[in-house]
Amino acid sequence: MGRMTVAELERIKTEHAERMAFTDKTYLLLCGGTGCHATGSLKVKDALLDALEQAELGATVDVIETGCNGFCAMGPILVVHPGDIFYQKLKVKDMAEVVQSHLVEGKPVERLLYKDPAAKKRIPVQSDIPFFAHQMPRALRNKGIIDPEQIDDYIARDGYRGAARALLELGPDDIIEEMKISGMRGRGGAGFPTGMKWAFAKASPSDLKYVLCNADEGDPGAFMDRSILEADPHAVLEGMVIAAKAIDAHKGYIYARTEYPLAIKRLDLAIRQATEYGLLGEDIFGSGFGFEIEIYQGAGAFVCGEETALMRSIEGRRGMPRPRPPFPAHKGLWEKPTILNNVETFANVPQIVRKGGAWYASVGTDTSKGTKVFAISGDVNNIGLVEVPMGTSLRSIIYDIGGGIPKKRKFKAVQLGGPSGGCVPEAHLDTPVDFEAIAKVGAIMGSGGVIVMDENTCMVDMARFFMDFIQEESCGKCTPCREGTRRQLQILEKICNGDGEPGDIDTLEALSDTIRETALCGLGQTGPNPVLSTLRYFRDEFEAHIHEKRCPAKRCVSLLSFEVDTEKCTKCGACYRACPVDAVEWKKKELARIDLEKCIQCMTCFDKCRFDAIY
Amino acid sequence: MLMEMGLDREEIAALATIRSELKEIPAQRRYLIPLLQRVQQALSYLPQAAIQLVAQHLHLSPSEVYGVATFYNQFRFTPPGRHPVRVCMGTACHVKGGDIILEHFERKLEIKEGETTPDREFSIERVACVGCCALAPVALMGDALHGHMMTGKVEGLILRVQIEKEKARREMGDRDER
Ligand SMILES: Cc1cc2nc3c(=O)[nH]c(=O)nc-3n(C[C@H](O)[C@H](O)[C@H](O)COP(=O)(O)O)c2cc1C
Ligand code: FES
Repeated sequence: MGRMTVAELERIKTEHAERMAFTDKTYLLLCGGTGCHATGSLKVKDALLDALEQAELGATVDVIETGCNGFCAMGPILVVHPGDIFYQKLKVKDMAEVVQSHLVEGKPVERLLYKDPAAKKRIPVQSDIPFFAHQMPRALRNKGIIDPEQIDDYIARDGYRGAARALLELGPDDIIEEMKISGMRGRGGAGFPTGMKWAFAKASPSDLKYVLCNADEGDPGAFMDRSILEADPHAVLEGMVIAAKAIDAHKGYIYARTEYPLAIKRLDLAIRQATEYGLLGEDIFGSGFGFEIEIYQGAGAFVCGEETALMRSIEGRRGMPRPRPPFPAHKGLWEKPTILNNVETFANVPQIVRKGGAWYASVGTDTSKGTKVFAISGDVNNIGLVEVPMGTSLRSIIYDIGGGIPKKRKFKAVQLGGPSGGCVPEAHLDTPVDFEAIAKVGAIMGSGGVIVMDENTCMVDMARFFMDFIQEESCGKCTPCREGTRRQLQILEKICNGDGEPGDIDTLEALSDTIRETALCGLGQTGPNPVLSTLRYFRDEFEAHIHEKRCPAKRCVSLLSFEVDTEKCTKCGACYRACPVDAVEWKKKELARIDLEKCIQCMTCFDKCRFDAIY
Repeated sequence: MLMEMGLDREEIAALATIRSELKEIPAQRRYLIPLLQRVQQALSYLPQAAIQLVAQHLHLSPSEVYGVATFYNQFRFTPPGRHPVRVCMGTACHVKGGDIILEHFERKLEIKEGETTPDREFSIERVACVGCCALAPVALMGDALHGHMMTGKVEGLILRVQIEKEKARREMGDRDER
């Protein structure tokens, strides 16, 4: 195909209108995200296709593999349209019944529908399920609806209309102005105003400039960017085209994590389709403006999420950050003016340009506009991907959408911002998601990882965990980060092992201050945050480890004795059945006893005991 | 060639394929990491011979190439097992006891993280989040992702590989006898 025109975009949209409204056929939208693949959605798909063939429904029913639906904990997921009926945790053997009962007889299969744990009843319609009902999809507006491998599906949902407007109607200054009005702040963590960043790069004169997309998603425990790339890759490409026009760049790179093979595959396909349609390449929309995009696979180094390190990595060097200024907007990739934005930032851009910055800014708080995507995981019922307006409270995210804490356990803290962030305890759960408000309680908005922790999580162990990560990922260039984080880790390990000494907490605090003030890049400057925030809210747990040699959450193995509390033991035998090495002795109606010779301290029995009887 | 000492026949063949592909790739530094990734994809690690090949092609010194390769977690310099086990050590998996899963693999396979079993069947590595936090704790065996890992599942996964191997051995044996 040659050059794309607005009329052609419109024609494709009209042609697919019925598909998008689900009025011409029955559509079975099967989630094809990484999570659902792992729980067996591909086999479920085969079984579904077989069942449809048997029932001779091939002509009136279409099966579409979508990107990540978001409710990952419930996979494999199937949504039936019309009707928006949500099926969860499907197995191969269920598919014949779904086809026969739902599609032939018109009766949804009750037992496979979502069951609300609070109301204890089934909720058939997806949009009625609390997990979805409280969300506002913008960056994720196409997830679970379009087939990410079909560019026409994206176009049918007004795709590439923002790029058309940017290239045909607006000048670079108009685009930047629209971004400024939207109040968009970078979604990669730091929250820098996107319009301002682009304005700097636009103002830098150069023969060559670059637009980079940060798809490195280094925060362990976050998967927003993966899901966006898997569900709607064209939105990111379109956002990059618009950015390129704004700063006058003709070449872009997407720096993608190599651990995300499916996202890379879909991006690669999307680039090829867009190029074939003339939406990437030379003279896009006949505007005279050209732009091309290449994928660059990262090689597994957290620090490469930092902008200057990322650029060094694309250049084929060790991914070490360098001091700024000069800022990348003046001297970036190969010393040329460069902008780097996060996946989610770019995914929002097409709609901002199409609908206007004011539309985008219509939700949110004073300083944080629009919506934010979060990946909630950990000790929470509804694990998955959520998008909410800025200003929503953490409590609402964890309880209304996340469905609260499983196993009747108590909430302890929520970790935001990963290794650069901090934890927020119960007392501050009403904090709204807003860059400034979250910083005030000692965490950061970060890229959107939300890890919920229940009472069985040891906060000293969490501090140790993050410090281990930072120490491992420190690039070694600056001394405060290289040596300081190692020293902090040693102290934290000592405390977890029961060898903590009075004074350790002071040393941790002093080291944290030094590292924060003197480290070269964001990795080191923010690295002590998890330690400081756990000390701020859970100092008593540190003290219990140090002074009483006790781990209140019963997580630090060295401080446990692996014995059964005869007062609390209910003789249920759960530990006996769970022990992988037969170290538990138990007979019906008798107390359990752990043979310490055989015990490998794997903690399985601690997790299984519902009566807190092992210590 | 002397350079290829210590490599088995398949590895030498794979390296030869890569050598022939090199013609297509300009001798520019920006191709260094993609090239190393290509080599590792074919050989599952970076033997010295491959480092030298890449260095020569890009007009860099082997030590420079090593410097870059060792910086990144993705690259390994010893062959992994035929069934590489990767255990997620991301935050979500940690909260759900990922360290216990790692320890259990280490105990059952009698190797430590970063090592390979003497029969080269298994190796253990840690990864920082594979983006499937909803299924935490997560482990990969080869390319297959296993969610909601438990200590019991660890044994199951290892056993399955061993049973397959035993089956294959018997079939070979049967054929030999005939
Ligand atoms: C150590 C470190 C790791 C980072 N990792 C990421 C990352 O994985 N993804 C990301 O988008 N930004 C990451 N950032 C932030 C980037 O440096 C940069 O600010 C961001 O990509 C800019 O995009 P934005 O303005 O759209 O947020 C990281 C920063 C630091 C200091
Ligand atoms: S933390 Fe293990 S998959 Fe994300």
